[in-house]
Amino acid sequence: MEHLVPLLVALPLAGGFLMPIVGRLTKSHRAAAALPIAIACAGLAIAISLLGRPDETIVYWLGGWSFPIGISMVVDGLSRLILIIIAAISLLALVFSMDYMKHYTSPGLYYGLFLLMLTGMNGVVVSGDLFNMFVFLEIAGIASYALVAFGTEADELEASLKYLVLGVIASTFILVGIALTYNVTGHLNWAKVAEVLGTAGGAGLSLPMYVVAALFFMGFGLKAAMVPFHAWLPDAHPSAPAPISAMLSGVLIKACGVYVLARLVFSVFGGDQTMGVILAGLGATSMVVGVLMAVGQWDFKRLLAYHSISQMGYVVLALGAAAVMRANGVSDAVVGLAIFGGLFHLANHAIFKSLLFLCSGSIEYATGTRQLKMLGGVGKRMPVTGACLRVAALSISGVPPFNGFWSKLIIILALVLAGYYTLAAITVVVSFLTLLSFAKVQRYVLGGDPSEAARGAREAPVGMCLATVVLAVLCLATALVIFPTVRARLVDPAVRVLSVRVSEDRPAAAGPAVAREGMGR
Amino acid sequence: MMLSMAPYLFAFLLLVVGLYAIVAKRNLIKVIVGLMILDYAANLLLVLIGYRSAGAGAAPVAPILVGGPENVRALAASSVDPLPQALVLTSIVIGLSVTALVVALAIRLYEKYGTFDTERMRNLKG
Repeated sequence: MEHLVPLLVALPLAGGFLMPIVGRLTKSHRAAAALPIAIACAGLAIAISLLGRPDETIVYWLGGWSFPIGISMVVDGLSRLILIIIAAISLLALVFSMDYMKHYTSPGLYYGLFLLMLTGMNGVVVSGDLFNMFVFLEIAGIASYALVAFGTEADELEASLKYLVLGVIASTFILVGIALTYNVTGHLNWAKVAEVLGTAGGAGLSLPMYVVAALFFMGFGLKAAMVPFHAWLPDAHPSAPAPISAMLSGVLIKACGVYVLARLVFSVFGGDQTMGVILAGLGATSMVVGVLMAVGQWDFKRLLAYHSISQMGYVVLALGAAAVMRANGVSDAVVGLAIFGGLFHLANHAIFKSLLFLCSGSIEYATGTRQLKMLGGVGKRMPVTGACLRVAALSISGVPPFNGFWSKLIIILALVLAGYYTLAAITVVVSFLTLLSFAKVQRYVLGGDPSEAARGAREAPVGMCLATVVLAVLCLATALVIFPTVRARLVDPAVRVLSVRVSEDRPAAAGPAVAREGMGR
Repeated sequence: MMLSMAPYLFAFLLLVVGLYAIVAKRNLIKVIVGLMILDYAANLLLVLIGYRSAGAGAAPVAPILVGGPENVRALAASSVDPLPQALVLTSIVIGLSVTALVVALAIRLYEKYGTFDTERMRNLKG
C-alpha cells in the first residue's frame, strides 16, 4: 500500500516531461489528452485505494533511507481527503480540456504544464518535511504562472506577471520561515518540529517561533488569497483557460494554501488562541470583502474568482474558530463539528467552484463572451450547461438539498453552539449576498431571450458536457456526507487529524509514526 | 554581540531592499532585479544559519569526512552544517527557473505594450 504513495508524484512528473514529446507527434488535443487522462485516472485510483485504512498514517521513506537522511512521504486522514479532491477535479478538468482547448495551439505544452501542476499539488500534500513541501509548492507555482499566461494575450501576460511577483514574495516568506524553523528546532520534518517545539505537551510557542508563524501566515495567506493578500487572484484565475481556472480556484489555493496553513497551525504550532483569532479574522474578512467585491462584477469569471476568496473565507473561519474554541475549553464535539464543517466546505467548494468555472468555459466557448450584459437566454440554447450552472449556483449559495447548504449549516451550527453569535450572523449575511450575486448570474446568463451573442450558441461538445454533468451530480452526491457511514470513511479521519488534543501524551498528529521511527535509529 | 549579528541583519536588509524594488519601481526589469535580490536574501540567510565554527576566531571547516567513520563525531562537532547548503542549492535552481519565466513574460509584455513601464500595463483592475 505505502509503495503506491510515491507514484502520486512520480507518474505526473514523468508524464509532464513526456508530454512535449507527445505534442510533437500529434497536433490533436484529443489524442494528446489520452496520457494525462490515464495518469489522472491512476491518481484517482491510488487516492481511493489509500482510503482503505482510514485512520492509519502511512509513511514511505524514499529509497529506503530512514529518518535523518531520507525523504519521507506521509499520508494521513487529512492528506487522503485532499488527494481525492485533487485527483477527481483534475481528471474532470482534463476531460473538459479535450474539447475546450481545441482553439489553443501546442497541446503538448499545455498538458505537460498541467501534469507538473498536478505533481506539485500531490507533492505538497504528501511531503513529510517542510523543505520538500516548499519545492513542490514551487513546482505547482511555476506551472500555474505559465498556465495563466497560456493565452499569451496582453491581459493574460499581465495577470501572470502579477501572480508570479506575488507568488515569489510568498515563497520567499515561506523559505525564510523554513530557515528560521530549522534554526530554532534543528529539524525540518513536520512531526520532529512539532516534537521539539513541545506543542504536543501543550507548551506555547517561543517568541522567535511567533515570528516564524507570522512569516508562514503571510506566505500561505498570499498563496490562499486571503484578504488582504488577495490582489492577484481576481486577475489570475479568470485569465487562465477555463479548465485551469477550475484547477486554480478549485484545488490549487486549497492544496498549496489552506491545507498547509491548517497543518502548520494545528499539527505543528499547536493552534493556540492567538493563531486561531488571526485565522478567524482572515477568514471573516475574506468572506465579507470577497462577496462584496463579487456583487458588483460584470465579468462572469471575475465574479466567480471573487467568490473563491469569499468561500475560502468560510473554510479558514471555521478552522480558526475551532482553534479558538479549543483554547477556550469548548467541548470536543463542537470543535470537531467546526473542523468538520470547514473541511466539508473545502471539499464542496472544490466541486461547485470548478463546476462554475467549467460552465463559464462552456458558455464562453459557445458565445465568445463572458460579459454578463452581453449574455442572456443561454439556458434555452444550451440546456445541459444551463442546468449544470443552475445546480452549481444553488450549491454555492447554500440552497438545500445541495452540498453547499449542509457545509454552511454545519459551520453556522458550530459557531452558534460555541456562542460566537456575531460570526454566525456574518456567515448568514455573506451566504445571503452570495445568493444575491448568483441570482444576478441566473438572470443575466440563463434567463431572458437569447442575446445577440447567445443566438448562434449551440450546446457544448460531449467531453465538456460530460465533465460538467459529473460535477453537477457530485454536487448532490456529496450532500450524502452528512450521513455517518459515508462520513466515517472520508471526512472524519481528516477531522481527527486536526482536532486531536495537543495535551494528550502522543506526538503531534503530523505523523506519529515518523517520530517513532526517528527515535529508533 | 552586535558584530556577530551583522551578517543576519544584512540578510534582512537585503530582503527589505528586494521588497522595496518590487513595490516601488515602475520599470519591469528593475522589478525582476528586486525579485532576484529577494531570492538571494533568503538564500544568504539559509547559508548563515548553517554556519558553525569550532571556536571563537577559528576557521570554518567544510563538511567533508576525512578518514574513517571514527572521525564522524569530531567532524559533526566542528564542521559547517551541510543541510542548509543542500537547501540553498535547490533554492538557487528554483530561483533560476522563476527568473527565466519572468524574463520570458517581460519579453512578451514588451512585444505587446512596447514598454517596460508597469504603470502603462494596467488593463486589469486588480
